Amino acid sequence: MDLMGFFLETGFWMACIRMATPLIFGTLGELVCERAGVVNLGIEGIMAAGCMGGWMWVYLGGSLWGGIFFAAFVGAMFGLLHSLFTVYLGLSQHVTGLGITMLGSSLSAYVFRMLLPRVTTPPKIVPFQPLDIPFLKDIPFLGQILFSQTALTYLAFAAIIVVAFILFKTPLGLALRMVGENPLAVEAQGLSVFYLRTLAVCAGSAMMAVGGAFLTMSAFDAYYIGMVNGRGWICIALVVFSSWKPFKALAGCLLFAGFDALQMRVQQQAGMAIPYQFYLMLPYVFSIIALIIMSRKAAYPKALLIPFRKGER
Amino acid sequence: MRLEVRENISMVRLMAALFLAVGVSMAVCSVLIIWGGASPMEGWILMIKGALGSKFAVSETLTRATPLIFTGLAAAVAFRAKLWNIGAEGQFYIGACVAVLLGTHGEMLSPFVMIPYLFAAGALAGGLFLLVPTFLKTHLNVDEVVTTLLLNFVVLLFVNWLVFGPWKDPMSMGWPQSEPVLDSAILPILMAKTRFHLGFVIAVLSSIFVWWFMANTTWGFEIRAVGSSIKASTFAGMPVNKTIIRTALISGGLAAMAGVSELCGVKGYLTTDLSPGFGYTGIVVAMLAALHPLGVVASALFVAIIYIGADSMSRAINISNYIADVTTAVSLLSVLVAVFFTRYRIKRG
Repeated sequence: MDLMGFFLETGFWMACIRMATPLIFGTLGELVCERAGVVNLGIEGIMAAGCMGGWMWVYLGGSLWGGIFFAAFVGAMFGLLHSLFTVYLGLSQHVTGLGITMLGSSLSAYVFRMLLPRVTTPPKIVPFQPLDIPFLKDIPFLGQILFSQTALTYLAFAAIIVVAFILFKTPLGLALRMVGENPLAVEAQGLSVFYLRTLAVCAGSAMMAVGGAFLTMSAFDAYYIGMVNGRGWICIALVVFSSWKPFKALAGCLLFAGFDALQMRVQQQAGMAIPYQFYLMLPYVFSIIALIIMSRKAAYPKALLIPFRKGER
Repeated sequence: MRLEVRENISMVRLMAALFLAVGVSMAVCSVLIIWGGASPMEGWILMIKGALGSKFAVSETLTRATPLIFTGLAAAVAFRAKLWNIGAEGQFYIGACVAVLLGTHGEMLSPFVMIPYLFAAGALAGGLFLLVPTFLKTHLNVDEVVTTLLLNFVVLLFVNWLVFGPWKDPMSMGWPQSEPVLDSAILPILMAKTRFHLGFVIAVLSSIFVWWFMANTTWGFEIRAVGSSIKASTFAGMPVNKTIIRTALISGGLAAMAGVSELCGVKGYLTTDLSPGFGYTGIVVAMLAALHPLGVVASALFVAIIYIGADSMSRAINISNYIADVTTAVSLLSVLVAVFFTRYRIKRG
């Protein structure tokens, strides 16, 4: 078995980047929420909603980018719901998030079945096609891997830079980070904790939904129920793994997608020597291991999970 | 406008809040029925008929409520201690696996020995399984929400391997299912010609036991204390980590008992669709009961009525039975808000 061979194949690296894309959106979205002090366990359901919503938009005749905007809008609405509950009322972020996940997943399944009641084979759309970047694409090896992806993948990389810039180079980012560390100080500055947290949760949720939409509109061309399959939970683990830093999150997603792509190749090569279910377990097991490694010295945002109520200490 | 803490929490107000939450979820469900082209009144009548309209319907509802009582208790106990066990789905399958592992051998055992033995062994395995993420939480500071969630996927894949591989029943005509457990392991049917089985009685007894345990024992008190404030419990000299570990054993055990009960009571053999998300629905059940062990029985019945009712309604008026999942999700969210307003009031100015 020639393991080293994989690493020289452009196909392997292209798959790696492609598989990292939904994780990048999801991890980045969760990162923004948590930086502002709100854990968003709704991620799994929000990704499902984006996955179905974006696809359905295109299937019913909308444009691809229209679908992406629609997915982002749906995600932001779920985010608004989450922040109404956790930010305004200060309810348990864990239970609310699980509720949002249940609502997002079941509502997507329900809407899908209601709009397309009698389908046996999953209907298809024409997804995003690979978009070659002129000149850059011709760089040997790297060019093909990085610059022959679909538009959403470029968007994911751009999103990392934008999020990192906003979080660390702008006053808004400073306020967002502060609201996750010390909301009282934000309040003392005359800024609204509620407003900032809501903004972060809505923006983060929109990103998660776009990550979900990538699955049906770029990686694949059809939707089926249960498609997100735990990717949202993996993103939450990746946020801890990345110590709440956008570029580390990128590294984490790429590493993770690399392992995932590798296990698929090994699975093809090694065949039936090890049952395929054990390969499929690997992403989840890796996430747990990543959590174990990073959690010891994890510097959680100080106000994470703590609701802020005016005038309450 | 601001929120103000109410001085006292009245029981009447709590009950009213719970009913209000149920009302809100029914209203949302009505909107979904209207979308499906039927009248909500018709839908609701079909739903109630489907869940409670005949002896058979009632037996199906009780059968569905049985695993939900167990998983609801599992969530209720764990959430009381603020141990976020979202892994009841995985622990459910661990229990079911143990039931198959042990229930297919030992022909000489009488049912009076076999059934308690399977429940005890399953509960132990489920509890021990939850200890893994719990130890990671108490000793390595690893968030148990994510680890318990991720382990659900690992367990389900493991079960998938078992029923497609080493445990596949050669007599199953190629279906991915394990060998059936022995007759002595099958829970007796309580109502002729239905699937309503002894598991329901065990579930109700468990909830009475858990209620007594939480209210009257030192361990129960410690669980509640740790959930209210780890700082205060530490200050009072309570063994916080030990309490969390005890909670995990109880919670994981209860979730695994759901698996044993479902396997030995309904199917008799292991498949990958033994649980349509009982572990996750247990969280809704626990929240609807405001984490009260006896309330879990009532809310499990309510959720079971929704599922069984929605199944028959969706067949009759041709809408998707995912309506049941949407309704329970909405009821979870609305009960959160409703219970919140029993503790806070909105004040102008």
